[in-house]
Amino acid sequence: MSVLVVIEHDRGTLSPASLEALTAARTVDADVHALTLGASADSLAGTLAAHGASVVHQVHHDLLNDFGPEAWGEAVAQAVRALQPAAVVACGTDRGNEVMAQAAARLDLPFVANCNEITVGDTWSIVRVRWGGSLLEQCTLDAATKLVTFAHHAVEAAEAIGAGSVSALAVELDASLGRTVVAERVERAAGVTLATAPLVVGGGRGVGSAEAFAPLEELAGLLGGVVGCSRAVTNNGWRNHTDQVGQTGTRIAPDLYMACGISGAIQHWVGAMASKKILAINTDAEANMVTKADYAVIGDLHKVIPAIIEEVRRRKGA
Amino acid sequence: MRVLVCVKRVPAPGAKINITADGQAVDTAYLAFTTSPHEECAVEAAVQLVEQHGGESTVLTLGPAEADEQLRYAASIGVNKAVLLPITENDWDPQRTAAAIATAIRDLESADGAFDLVLFGNESADSGNFQVGVRVAHALARPIVNGIKGIEVQGDTIRAKRESDAGVEVYAVPTPCVLGVKEGINLPRYPTLKGRLASKKVDVAQVSPQGDAGGQQMVTLLQAAEQVSQTVMLGTGPEAAPAVVDLLEELGLLK
Repeated sequence: MSVLVVIEHDRGTLSPASLEALTAARTVDADVHALTLGASADSLAGTLAAHGASVVHQVHHDLLNDFGPEAWGEAVAQAVRALQPAAVVACGTDRGNEVMAQAAARLDLPFVANCNEITVGDTWSIVRVRWGGSLLEQCTLDAATKLVTFAHHAVEAAEAIGAGSVSALAVELDASLGRTVVAERVERAAGVTLATAPLVVGGGRGVGSAEAFAPLEELAGLLGGVVGCSRAVTNNGWRNHTDQVGQTGTRIAPDLYMACGISGAIQHWVGAMASKKILAINTDAEANMVTKADYAVIGDLHKVIPAIIEEVRRRKGA
Repeated sequence: MRVLVCVKRVPAPGAKINITADGQAVDTAYLAFTTSPHEECAVEAAVQLVEQHGGESTVLTLGPAEADEQLRYAASIGVNKAVLLPITENDWDPQRTAAAIATAIRDLESADGAFDLVLFGNESADSGNFQVGVRVAHALARPIVNGIKGIEVQGDTIRAKRESDAGVEVYAVPTPCVLGVKEGINLPRYPTLKGRLASKKVDVAQVSPQGDAGGQQMVTLLQAAEQVSQTVMLGTGPEAAPAVVDLLEELGLLK
């Protein structure tokens, strides 16, 4: 038996989350196989072998050249029928959970999303994420083939030597599945995004207005970072929802998250907790964000941030 | 255009959530309840679509009798009809929930005509199983795309927008279809006084839910380990700036 890992990629660019899935898959079965969908992903075989894949199953089909949840889900379902793995694993990203849900529906199998820990057996015992990570659930998974995703950032990707032998796998996809393949793409302008930035300067209710985000923008710009915000800010219409950090916004994992005037409600915290270091700037020393942060400055962000900007400029000039 | 929006009653996010002594549920004694955030936006989207294109909107939930509150909230901002699939146990597992909702949709459609669009939230805020909408769509043999932050109707096609790491993706999905909506697609309106009063008179149809238990069964809820941090105080007020910039330097962010 083996565990089949569904690899996420975009036109051949590997999603780093898939390496987490390959790493986590070793905890459920020693024989890790990878599944890549679309010819553009063929080039990933070497990287997948270097992360423990003994076999890389490659599927080619015109409907898999771009992402489409139904085509991808159907291809995974057919791979499961052909290869009969004990389990199928992906990373719990938007696409990962969507494709696994599609495959599960097509195979009429249960699917457990966003697992942290799995104890294998006939029936699996699983600890999974609820509420974006602020609460956990212990559950059982009883199925002929176990379908799961691991919560993003639950494990760190680690290399392992796999044979990485390549094997072609044929699928038959009905043309109707093309109805949910991406029809058009608008590429984001080059540059850092909230999800990938090494530094995020976050602002909350304490910033006070849309205009008052200007110093946060300036500081982020000076340091090659981006601005994020809390749900209170988007609900007030101060910033676009694309900047929202949190359970229903973007999960961030920068080297440093500077949380300015953010109280640290659970909904925000679960989006920020994967940050390597957190610095809170807040007038309230008892705020959740301050007590959970690695570093804190107690004070008014409207005074502290300009002082930081000045000091950064001074040292950069020196 | 006939639009159905499926919602879930969840504890208001933001609050610290406690678990009951037997670990089977969230302790609701001091909690307020709300509609799961993605679904709150799905409700607003349904109302806007009917405002723009005419037709009728319906809200549906599977949940405790108290979920009547979330159905009436949807009605208070303009949804026309409401359907409750009452359950007395704690949450149903996702396969069972999806089976019951798919059956209910078939029954509603055979009585009143097909829905052009069925909306779900991308995932529920509490259990976050990421699959009920997909399973319902599959059961109804309709296309579904999740993560939608923009909907534009063009005849028999819905242009649905989604954000990805690479940019924005557009899907051209033929109706009838199902979409999983994300917060940020709109800013939900507040109910007017008139809307609140009208919502009290809305007839909430009750449909007994039918579905077999699936393969995922909850054993117990657990509190996540509290992140204990020895917060290092870098100072007070603007005087702390040099210490902050020292930290930036140490982390290699001052380039």
